[in-house]
Amino acid sequence: MTAVTFYFQIHQPYRLRQYSFFDVGRRHDYFDDLENERIIKRVADKCYRPMTLLLEELVHRYEGRFRCSFSVSGTALDQLAHWAPDVIDTFRRLSETDCVEFLCETTHHSLASLVDEKEFRDQIRSHKARIEALTGRTPTTFRNTELVYSNHIARLAEECGFNAIMAEGADHLIGWRSPHHLYRPEGTESILAMLRSYKFSDDIAFRFSNRMWEEWPLDAHKFTRWINDLPESDEVVGLFMDFETFGEHQWEDTGIFEFMRHLPGAILEEERLSFALPSEIAANVDPIARLDAVLPVSWADAERDLTAWLGNPMQRAAHEALYELAPLVRATGDPAILETWRKLTTSDHFYYMCVKFFSDGDVHKYFSPYSSPYDAYITLMNVMGDLRQRIGAPAGLTSPQ
Amino acid sequence: MRVLMLGWELPPHISGGLGTACQGLVEGLDHAGVEVVFVVPRAHGDEQAGRARVIGGDGVQLSNISGQRAAAQSPSPAPVLAGVGSAPLDKSVGAQGPESRPRVDDEPSVESPSNVHTILVESPLRPYQDAESYSDYVQGLEADGKKVVRDETQFRGHQLNEQLRAGQSESYSGAAITDPAAWEALALNAAKTAEERFLRGEDNPAEARFTGGYGADLFGEVARYAQVVAEIALREKVDLVHAHDWMTYPAGVAAARALGVPLLIHVHATEFDRSGENPDPRVFALERMGIHLADRVVCVSHFTGRTVRYRHGADPDKIRVLHNAVTQREQRDQWHTTRTVKGPVVLYLGRVTMQKGPDYFLQAAAKVVKLRPDVNFVLSGSGDMLPPMMMRSARLGLARNMFFTGFLRGKEVERMYSMADLYVMPSVSEPFGITPLEAMALDVPVIVSKQSGVSEIVANALKVDYWDVDELANKMLAVISYAPLRQQLIDQGRDEVGRMRWEVRGGLLLTYYEELVA
Repeated sequence: MTAVTFYFQIHQPYRLRQYSFFDVGRRHDYFDDLENERIIKRVADKCYRPMTLLLEELVHRYEGRFRCSFSVSGTALDQLAHWAPDVIDTFRRLSETDCVEFLCETTHHSLASLVDEKEFRDQIRSHKARIEALTGRTPTTFRNTELVYSNHIARLAEECGFNAIMAEGADHLIGWRSPHHLYRPEGTESILAMLRSYKFSDDIAFRFSNRMWEEWPLDAHKFTRWINDLPESDEVVGLFMDFETFGEHQWEDTGIFEFMRHLPGAILEEERLSFALPSEIAANVDPIARLDAVLPVSWADAERDLTAWLGNPMQRAAHEALYELAPLVRATGDPAILETWRKLTTSDHFYYMCVKFFSDGDVHKYFSPYSSPYDAYITLMNVMGDLRQRIGAPAGLTSPQ
Repeated sequence: MRVLMLGWELPPHISGGLGTACQGLVEGLDHAGVEVVFVVPRAHGDEQAGRARVIGGDGVQLSNISGQRAAAQSPSPAPVLAGVGSAPLDKSVGAQGPESRPRVDDEPSVESPSNVHTILVESPLRPYQDAESYSDYVQGLEADGKKVVRDETQFRGHQLNEQLRAGQSESYSGAAITDPAAWEALALNAAKTAEERFLRGEDNPAEARFTGGYGADLFGEVARYAQVVAEIALREKVDLVHAHDWMTYPAGVAAARALGVPLLIHVHATEFDRSGENPDPRVFALERMGIHLADRVVCVSHFTGRTVRYRHGADPDKIRVLHNAVTQREQRDQWHTTRTVKGPVVLYLGRVTMQKGPDYFLQAAAKVVKLRPDVNFVLSGSGDMLPPMMMRSARLGLARNMFFTGFLRGKEVERMYSMADLYVMPSVSEPFGITPLEAMALDVPVIVSKQSGVSEIVANALKVDYWDVDELANKMLAVISYAPLRQQLIDQGRDEVGRMRWEVRGGLLLTYYEELVA
């Protein structure tokens, strides 16, 4: 038997407003409410609403045999609750079917796992509570921001009580081995690593509408045949992707919704194939080997590493400067300050500063509200300058020698 | 592929600009395997021994400096224009008076690549002249003993007069020609005249219609240049004519029509970039004429492409864009001098004219200084807006922070860059703008206005709308205050400029040529 495991990622950051050096000390509203509202409403219309309703329909049509999982960041949940609350209602109904699982992540979609263990645990605890409030269930599977994964992160996730952790099935992580098995992270005892089958995932997420692709057009039966042709020993095919794939990255007129409408039927026609939730896989499949990730791996860009967020000195300096404030932010005891600071920890702010212009940079540009990575840096540093003053941190502005 | 290019040499003291672009293009074309017959105006006395032929103002070849080597490399017939090809340069110079004014140019003279064959035409035309500066310049030449023709009928030549008399245009006095059709008639007539003379074999310099004197006014000289170039062109076998900016457009039209080959004009700047909403109608007429008669209009940016489309009414199908590149230097940091100024230095370097936006620089500086009184602002360059800018900086309370260096030349420019922490180009209208790239090559971060051609191709620069003074000040403060930002701009900028090579542009230009030459 081979199980197909869908995991959809939903995340929206709180984008910053234009915030000038001259605003420092004068205004403390950092976020572009109008733009954030515009975007979440647009994406809700094009993707979240129609696609969650389609999934609900599929769950009912196949009487529980079609199943999938979600991870929704806290910043996305907040914005949906504010501007598209019906989508939250759909999440709740989906969860009640027992066929849809909600994973845990860091509330603010941060990179805390890399630099601040306390913050990492705090954001996990906070998000766990949110998912429990939303679904009435305690999440048992962890997915870290952008699938950033290492032995150390897996160990932390294990300590936080998770049974499984998601990771990219990157070539440089698994080498010749198949991503279609479970692994045991090096240095852990019970947690399991579930890998993203990037070939099959990207067939849907990236290549689906590409007319230059030799397999275009892709239909549900062709896709099912590929999975059915996998070796019998393959246990699980992890199809992990941004939920915005449906209707936002791949527009409706590409046929992406029709593809998903027909995929469950096609898969379930095959005797050896089925759908399973991450928690079910973790409970029923044994790890095949140890997985050793000394350096962090992610699902971003061609490199599948951290360079999308922390690749250049500007990104690293800004990230460092932000986390330097953590103790002072906590010391204020002011929940509003803490929340504001956490909104700045969202990885997107650093993603916008990426200067890998000429290949993956295109993707960065597409997702960025800024016309240049330098503008992204300037804005965040200005905002941080104000926050720093508010919490009584030393100025820390550097001048030319 | 063999091209007759009507270009410009490196002007003394001025960095960037037409001469630099022409030199880069010629090198790039050479790299692409294109042969170039490079025709440039040069005032008498400015000749430097290079591999070049010199054509006198009277259409007589003064000398063949290039000697046997260039002649052997050139597939064109040996120079026949004058029939006195061996006339020594000195002889002609002697007749004209003392011409050996010292050249104080810091730049090296053009080093022609192998496939380039340079023809110098004696003419006082220089890039960036306007009617006034031309008059001043020619008066200077006159003081040196050079003949200048005051009588308009002379520099036009009798053939042209006939044509004008035939009613194809109003009387030609430089100041009156604001009609593109008149310029068209003039250029076509120059072609026709040259052709007829060529067919009749009238190569006797004794019959030269040129007087050997310069036009007293710029437009007269532009007309005269067209006639000389048409004569030269007929002795060359080329596939197309490529002309750079408005002074060479009549010459380009005349040469292309005389030869029956396509014409490509290259727009580096338009009158709207120089004069804003108050263009010189004579220059505009010339630009319009060239743009309409050309088979291709190559612009240095999409920004300029839009200008020629919407201002000059160019057919959009004819427009192509070719961004400038950067002449790569081996030695970059020889001017890393010890800093003597305390506090960060923000630099404006360029002509101080309305279109370059110096006022926005001052306004932003005033805002920056309120938060960071330690910042120095340097305004380098000269221009008609310099005196008002000095007054204004005082009124804005910038007396302690704003420094004026006046016009910088050659190595002073590089030294100035090396002292700067930030270079700002706040242009209101900038067809391309090479100076930010020079600054980046010298490890200086830059802010450019979005109203510049260069902002289309440079990624590792900060960009602002020129009128958004608040944002300009914000970005100035950011570069000054955030060291990682500055370092990133420097490191990435250096790499980026290093990738902007003329060889690549030459290859692209060749594809534009090939569209015209099947």
